[in-house]
Amino acid sequence: MDLVVEGVRQALVLLFGGDGEVWSILLLSLQVSASATLISLLIGIPAGAALALARFPARGLVVSAVNTGMGLPPVVVGLFVTLLLWRSGPLGAYEILYTPAAIVVAQAVIASPIVTGITLAAVGQVPREFRLQLLALGASRPQMVWMVLREARLPMLAAVMAGFGGIISEIGASMMVGGNIKGQTRTLTTAMVLETGKGNFDVAIALSLLLLVLIFLVNWALTTIQQRRVL
Amino acid sequence: MKPAVIALTDVGVRYGGVDVLDVPALEVFEGEILAVIGPNGSGKSTLLRVVGLLERPTRGAVRFHGTPVDARRSLAERRRMATVFQQPLLADMTVAENVTLGLRFRGDAIDEARVGRWLERLNIAPLRDQRARTLSGGQAQRVALARALVLEPAVLLLDEPFSGLDAPSRAELLPDVGAILRQDRVTTILVTHDRGEAQALADRAAVLMGGRIRQLDHTARVFHAPATEEVARFVGVETIVTGRVIAREAGVTVVEVAGRKLELAAAARVGEHVRVGVRPEDVTLMLPTEVAPLSSARNYLTGTIVQLIPSTPAIRVVVDVGFPLVATVTARSVADLGLAEGTPVTAAFKASAAHLIGLGRTVSG
Repeated sequence: MDLVVEGVRQALVLLFGGDGEVWSILLLSLQVSASATLISLLIGIPAGAALALARFPARGLVVSAVNTGMGLPPVVVGLFVTLLLWRSGPLGAYEILYTPAAIVVAQAVIASPIVTGITLAAVGQVPREFRLQLLALGASRPQMVWMVLREARLPMLAAVMAGFGGIISEIGASMMVGGNIKGQTRTLTTAMVLETGKGNFDVAIALSLLLLVLIFLVNWALTTIQQRRVL
Repeated sequence: MKPAVIALTDVGVRYGGVDVLDVPALEVFEGEILAVIGPNGSGKSTLLRVVGLLERPTRGAVRFHGTPVDARRSLAERRRMATVFQQPLLADMTVAENVTLGLRFRGDAIDEARVGRWLERLNIAPLRDQRARTLSGGQAQRVALARALVLEPAVLLLDEPFSGLDAPSRAELLPDVGAILRQDRVTTILVTHDRGEAQALADRAAVLMGGRIRQLDHTARVFHAPATEEVARFVGVETIVTGRVIAREAGVTVVEVAGRKLELAAAARVGEHVRVGVRPEDVTLMLPTEVAPLSSARNYLTGTIVQLIPSTPAIRVVVDVGFPLVATVTARSVADLGLAEGTPVTAAFKASAAHLIGLGRTVSG
């Protein structure tokens, strides 16, 4: 018990005692995961909407693939992104392995199916009759799709939460493609693994508190939007 | 005759090898209200989607003001029409935003006066800034109607717009809509399974059954001179019997049915076999001891009640007068007259209430 109490005390000292390293790790994690979430929204929303509205022969197969993708193990993604970005790999020429950009790529790969799957479900909940009504009021197809997305905007916030939540706390891929390089690619989760391994529980506890507070704040903001229906 | 706004030629819709719609020809004229009536699943909504350019027929042509149009390409023509469905299907925004939705799709500048006028006409002006999801069913359907009418469409398509409403809301909305459509002479196609709505609103009525138009005529004629027995049953003629014309005198046709003589206003040749239909609401029942009230009823048939069928709003009474004759009687009258199975009664109806059902006659248009 002492270990925990002392850990928390040390953590607070680290956070508010002028040590900049913890905060810079937090900032990097936030930047990387926010960028990856943004990319996954840009990919997942159109893909999910298209899958929900279009009818084509292999649709069932694609939907199953997306649902499988929602549970992609981060280490598997880490492995394949590493292979892609490896110096001799197909994208090796960009030389981004072991940079924050590599982590963004891997996290975007993890989050995109999550956003796609939830968008698919959210758009699918908007009744077909509503789409017909929009067309009957003179909507062009793009206008109709836009209105359907607008109508599904509240359940789609869940896509943002699930996407961001899934990657901010992810470790396997960040470790593999980022390398946990101090001051460069060290994120909250990779730092926690390292510090816990070294027995620096105070630092690990400080990081874990930050991570929890961060996830809480993001979800609280989105939940507030959802419940007050400000959108 | 005024020009046709909508013309369908040889239109057919097939789903999975089954014909759900087969309309060789249908024209909708400017300023008229055409009711498309028929039982559930008869293809009414499919017909409306085809006309509204929301669905491509499997075959056939749709013309809008004489120009062939297509559901996939004719956005401009689709924007000259507007549909209101059974469910209001409002977007999650305010009443005013919903009402201007179609105008915004068209990229039109929002004419606040016009929007305000339509909110007024549908009695929803005070709801203007309310969120759509807070409205009652009747209010929501008024918003849906305002949203369509504000577009001042060349054709208004109504797909069972009153069916989802409770009786009081429906009773309020129906005359309001009727007044607007007549005043503005909005070309309208009203799809409904409710015969009362068709009678209240429509100039012409098309009876659709099994995807085919069985009769298309002035509304009154469809209800009073149904072309087939099927149509007759759908428009509420419950008693249908076969007889032979035995005399034609002073504008009255006498038909013998099961040994009884019926007098009809409609013309028929002596010797001809005809089908005669009577609506239950046109039949009056009285006790045989009662003195017949002064009325123009020419047919008095004595018989015995064989069945009382409770239904709304009246009770249906089946009287055996040599053939089963159905009458509707209020619950009050049933109690007052002490009607029960086995009660002897006299059934009366006018000559004009007995209709000839056009056996094998062609569908008139």
